[in-house]
Amino acid sequence: MNARYTFNVSRFDPTTGDPPRYQAYAVDVPQGMTVLEALLRIQAEQDGSLAFRYACRGAVCGSCAMVIEGQVRLACRTQVRSLEGNRITVDPLPHLPRIKDLVVDMDPFFETLRAIQPWLQPGHSEPEREHQVDPADWSEAEPYTNCILCASCHGVCPVVESDPAYLGPAALAKHYRFLADVRDVADAARVALVNDEHGVWGCDMVWNCTRVCPRGVTPTQGIGKTRARIRRAERAQRA
Amino acid sequence: MASRHPHYQVLVVGGGLGGLRAAVEAHAAGRSTAVLSKVYPVRSHSGAAQGGINAALGNHPQGHDDSWERHAFDTIKGSDYLADQPRAEILARDAPERVLEMEHWGVYFSRFPDGRIAQRPFGGAGFPRTCYAADRTGHHLLHTLWEQCLKRDIPFYNEWLMTRLVTDDDRVCGVVALHIPSGELRPFSADAVIVAGGGHGRIYAKSTNAYINTGSATAAAYAAGAPLEDMEFVQFHPTTLYGTNILISEGVRGEGGYLLNVEGERFMERYAPQVMELAPRDIVARAIQTEIDAGRGFSDREGNGYVHLDVRHLGADLITTRLPGIRQIALDFAGVDPIDAPIPVQPGQHYSMGGLACDENGATPLTGLFAVGECSCISVHGANRLGGNSLLETLVFGQRAGERAAALVGDGGSARREVALAQALREETGRLEALAARRSGARQAAIRRRLHVLMTEKVGIFREAQPLSEAVAEIAELKAHYRHVMLDHRGSSFNYDLVDTLELGGMLELAEATALTALQRTECRGSHWRVDHPGRNDDAWLKHSVATYAPDGAPHVTYADVIITRYPPMARSY
Repeated sequence: MNARYTFNVSRFDPTTGDPPRYQAYAVDVPQGMTVLEALLRIQAEQDGSLAFRYACRGAVCGSCAMVIEGQVRLACRTQVRSLEGNRITVDPLPHLPRIKDLVVDMDPFFETLRAIQPWLQPGHSEPEREHQVDPADWSEAEPYTNCILCASCHGVCPVVESDPAYLGPAALAKHYRFLADVRDVADAARVALVNDEHGVWGCDMVWNCTRVCPRGVTPTQGIGKTRARIRRAERAQRA
Repeated sequence: MASRHPHYQVLVVGGGLGGLRAAVEAHAAGRSTAVLSKVYPVRSHSGAAQGGINAALGNHPQGHDDSWERHAFDTIKGSDYLADQPRAEILARDAPERVLEMEHWGVYFSRFPDGRIAQRPFGGAGFPRTCYAADRTGHHLLHTLWEQCLKRDIPFYNEWLMTRLVTDDDRVCGVVALHIPSGELRPFSADAVIVAGGGHGRIYAKSTNAYINTGSATAAAYAAGAPLEDMEFVQFHPTTLYGTNILISEGVRGEGGYLLNVEGERFMERYAPQVMELAPRDIVARAIQTEIDAGRGFSDREGNGYVHLDVRHLGADLITTRLPGIRQIALDFAGVDPIDAPIPVQPGQHYSMGGLACDENGATPLTGLFAVGECSCISVHGANRLGGNSLLETLVFGQRAGERAAALVGDGGSARREVALAQALREETGRLEALAARRSGARQAAIRRRLHVLMTEKVGIFREAQPLSEAVAEIAELKAHYRHVMLDHRGSSFNYDLVDTLELGGMLELAEATALTALQRTECRGSHWRVDHPGRNDDAWLKHSVATYAPDGAPHVTYADVIITRYPPMARSY
């Protein structure tokens, strides 16, 4: 059984000089249809000018974070029928410059990642085979490796909104992923990258990022753990 | 001559695993290297790979006797003897080095209690040799290689769609690409181009592939004169989530999952009694489809059939630690928690064994053009790819192609090359202007829908002359419609109607090569199953198909010998 929904999609075209506006599209929604599928149907059948990003449709590529009914979600992971009512409002991801319709400029987000030097620094003598790692030491960083860089957290972080220089939850979670990796030896240099008010000390511990992450990553917790490491190191230095 | 456009010694088109690995290698050789991708590289479909990557590390307690030779043999047997054997040997021989290198670069491989990389059993493999990072192996590999590219400061051109590969006197000299955010067309000059654009599974309706897997880069290379090899060999993955066809990893069966029909029977007993659920993919996919067709599957009101993949007996602990991603997918997209209920699965298009013909270094017959990953046909997978070998292929041959492309000495951007690039830019600009000016004709979405249906119905798991002939004729008809395709939107910024329209042209060409070579191959081999021609026929068909582009019609198909060295073809039973 199909049910008729109206999608109120925020439209924006920089070439017209007009402010953003909502456009309504009616879609017959069968059981199981996702918001991404509904948008694709609109694009194919009603309006080829509608712009939004997508790739995998399986919640692993991180392309389609947007605001659906006031909440940041992956469009591909959101079942239309799971939403309340039959008028669905769709807006672009906040806190990033808007380019067109639901497409935002991701470059500032990726720059935050680049800034924390997100690559393993395993020391000088590489083992001939793999690093031997006690599985018990392996669980600390593991949850932070699941980030798909969708920027959902970036779009809900109040500090990102107020401080454009703030590294943000995704970069700081990725930072902790390397800090907690037992193979990585660059702790001191790593900590220096985030040890200020635009880094881990900028976080207001609101936990929005953790609530919204589609992959169960917990940036707030990672930031707290990095802070604890910094404090411990400072105490050790004083002692 | 001052250049108004970028020039690189090595230009990589595609930012998935094969492309990034090639870029790292070319950069390490000191060549100016850039990656051009139609998406941000971390969106590439490599990241969706789940189960793992094969390497005969011998870490598993039951894997001490494993060796790269056994890996090579399993790969060749799995290919139904269509793989070029020296290349399958390279794949297996280089595997440990490539996997360990990724570990050194940061991949978070799952561990055995002794601290070494964990390995799990996979279909068609004599030993448990599939290394994994939970069930998110592709994600870990892709993000790690992207990080390595950041470390090296390799430039990326994100959201650039290659619309044309440019040649000068049969030598590749660059590309023309569309900047999706702005609509600008720009030439890129290059001494070597490495095409790493991924597969073209989206020519089918039911596919595990990302929506972006349209084969656009493959099609551009094909149109420039690079031939396609073994296009009739299309892998249908046995276990895709019923409805959405999202991949449900072979790792689920590797960990001990059962396939059950509507009667609750482990039906693989009747198809592969020795290895049961861990038979190679072609065999399991046909078994499931046979059960469904015989009425022993489950079915919804529309007659869309499926079977059950049951992991409940493995317990919540194992499911949450080794298969967390699968559990999430089942929850999100089917509303099923595998801890409590079986996962509904059905076969779906998954992988293209065929692709751009190339040698053991990824070199195509066009000088300066290389191909790696799913868009290539180095011929290591032959007629059926083993699970865990595709991630491996991207790294092994990405490394080799990067090295070889870096060794190619270009002319540094001659005046002739500039003329060729300027000419290509003019032609591409004219093509897009003509497209935008057209005010009547078919919409791309309608043509694409027809293509999806006919490929799924007529060029699927079970094939037969009559439907295949119809498919070939219908694709020709769709190509005729496509010549009059009309845009719905003519804006410049993020015009996905334009992107989809451009890509559809290539999809039709790739579909035509697939259907035509499938019609011509009158035997059963690996994934290619002709119900009207039972049995493998080595006398007539132990050879590769090679399709060459013809601008005004169907491709020209010839055949080439398979390279057979150490492993004489035998009956393939499991």
